[in-house]
Amino acid sequence: MAATHSSTGRLATLRYILSENRLHQVAFLLFALLILAAILGPLLAPHDPLATNPDDALMPPSATYWFGTDQLGRDVFSRVLVATRLDMLIAFGAVGLSCVAGSLIGAVLGYFGGVLDTVSSRFVDVLMAFPLFVLAMAMVAALGNTVMNVIYATAIINLPFYVRLARAEVNVRRHMGYVEAARVGGSGHGRILLVFLLPNILSPLVIQASVNLGWAVLNAAGLSFLGMGVRPPTPEWGILVAEGARFIASGQWWIFLFPGLALMLAVFTFNLLGDALRDILDPRART
Amino acid sequence: MSKIVWRILSSIPTLFGVLIATFLITRVLPGDPAVFFASNPAMSNEDVEKIRVALGLDKSLIEQFWIYLGALWQGDLGTSISTGQPVATEMLTRLPASAELTIFAFLLAIAVSIPLGVVAALKPGSWVDQLCRIIATLGVSMPTFVTGLLLIYLFYYILGVAPEPTGRLDPFMFKPPTVTGFILIDGLIDGDPETTWAAFKQILLPGITMAIFALAPLARMTRASMLNVLSSEFIRTARANGLTRRKIVMTYAFRNAMLPVVTSLGMTFSYMLGANVLVEKVFAWPGIGAYAMDSLISLDYAPLQAFMLIMAGIFLLVNLVTDLLAGLVDPRAGLS
Repeated sequence: MAATHSSTGRLATLRYILSENRLHQVAFLLFALLILAAILGPLLAPHDPLATNPDDALMPPSATYWFGTDQLGRDVFSRVLVATRLDMLIAFGAVGLSCVAGSLIGAVLGYFGGVLDTVSSRFVDVLMAFPLFVLAMAMVAALGNTVMNVIYATAIINLPFYVRLARAEVNVRRHMGYVEAARVGGSGHGRILLVFLLPNILSPLVIQASVNLGWAVLNAAGLSFLGMGVRPPTPEWGILVAEGARFIASGQWWIFLFPGLALMLAVFTFNLLGDALRDILDPRART
Repeated sequence: MSKIVWRILSSIPTLFGVLIATFLITRVLPGDPAVFFASNPAMSNEDVEKIRVALGLDKSLIEQFWIYLGALWQGDLGTSISTGQPVATEMLTRLPASAELTIFAFLLAIAVSIPLGVVAALKPGSWVDQLCRIIATLGVSMPTFVTGLLLIYLFYYILGVAPEPTGRLDPFMFKPPTVTGFILIDGLIDGDPETTWAAFKQILLPGITMAIFALAPLARMTRASMLNVLSSEFIRTARANGLTRRKIVMTYAFRNAMLPVVTSLGMTFSYMLGANVLVEKVFAWPGIGAYAMDSLISLDYAPLQAFMLIMAGIFLLVNLVTDLLAGLVDPRAGLS
């Protein structure tokens, strides 16, 4: 009973905050749109994204082909729409992995401190010293050119942010009254970390994760733009932009522009969502 | 003074870690360099073994690491397999191209973002503030390769005002004699403003592409920092004492607001170095990012290794300098 009450209370707060800020409504609306496109994309696509049709090659946008067709006569709109699922999977997969692993590692380091903490912080420093995008490139080359490895590489380059954040947040809380109380009450280290500390540092982590989603999409699309990870003919925004880039000099703008815009919209949505979540979860930081 | 020495010393473990990491990268990447050399089918296993010994690949990892360090100490970054040239010379010929582009874009971003952020903070809610917010949000959402392609389409294909996006200078023009390696400056030194103008037209689009990427965080930071300082008590005191608005903003607020911005400049610069790879690819810019990318694709790892090392080295150096600068600007901050 208490649980439902508090969840309706939270929903009401959410509705209140959303009604206050038009931009936040837009953020949640766009986010819902993206998720819908990712789930229903293949069902909604008007054409088969892989079907070639040489008679209709390089057609500009029209009523039949909303975003035009590419050099093989494939429908750009269907390809952009269907690509949403893969791009979202990569982004959510990578951010989910690095958020869970990074916060656990960071929380443990911040809680126990000591030599392990010093050594790990150095390790994170070294990781951060490399240009992260190039590091991801090298990692995909080392692990093998597959989608899973793009997810792993993106997760690893995002890891330092969560480790640092969770470490700092746990570090300031580990001697707080409620943690001491839990310790006196007989809770072990594991229980203190999982039950008392992690839920309390969840909001900064969630905010970081939503901002990170945009970055992960950019990163994955950048990798495939350079020909790493996802392979053609699989529709993916980065590859679609790369394929379209070849036709700019001959004036076929629709092949590169629409996947590029989809990519921009996704990143824009995640950034807006990050701002919105910050306002909702951390009212003190509201501007 | 001892703090400065300590800060410099404290970057040594990280540098060492970077060296280990760059060394290991080439060991975990797929492909055996000896087999690559021996791609001639007439070569027997014995020949491959000979090459392996010649390359030092038969020694233990630790021995190889020491050899790597020794070579680095003498400025030897290895040899590129695909061109047969020493990587150090190849890097040196390409580094000015990347440096020119990055510095150009960096200065452009600073020149736009800092005034924008300051004005936005002075008049919150005004159209400048809205513009600042729009640019900050759009800027971080624009993938550099899409921005670059969009600019090429608009200014090269449609308007025809930009030159063909193929590198630093029109292929039919002669490069000025190398003094600084920056064509923009070398053209002027050579007394040939026409070359400088041509190089400027070439660098403008990739420069803008990179600047848009860097603008957003800088403008956001400047605005927030300026707002923060303007609402502080010493500004109120200055205002109460009847100082002119110009004096309050320029002398008191601006200087104090710049500290966090200066610290973040270093970060932004390093991010731009990382973004280089994509921008250089889009504009066929003959820089070190494109070079590293091409060598990665052709399984030629020495250039990639050198690229990672140079980038990490620059990053550490930039961080060190910003920390020292921050300590100099505000003795309370930095070097803690």
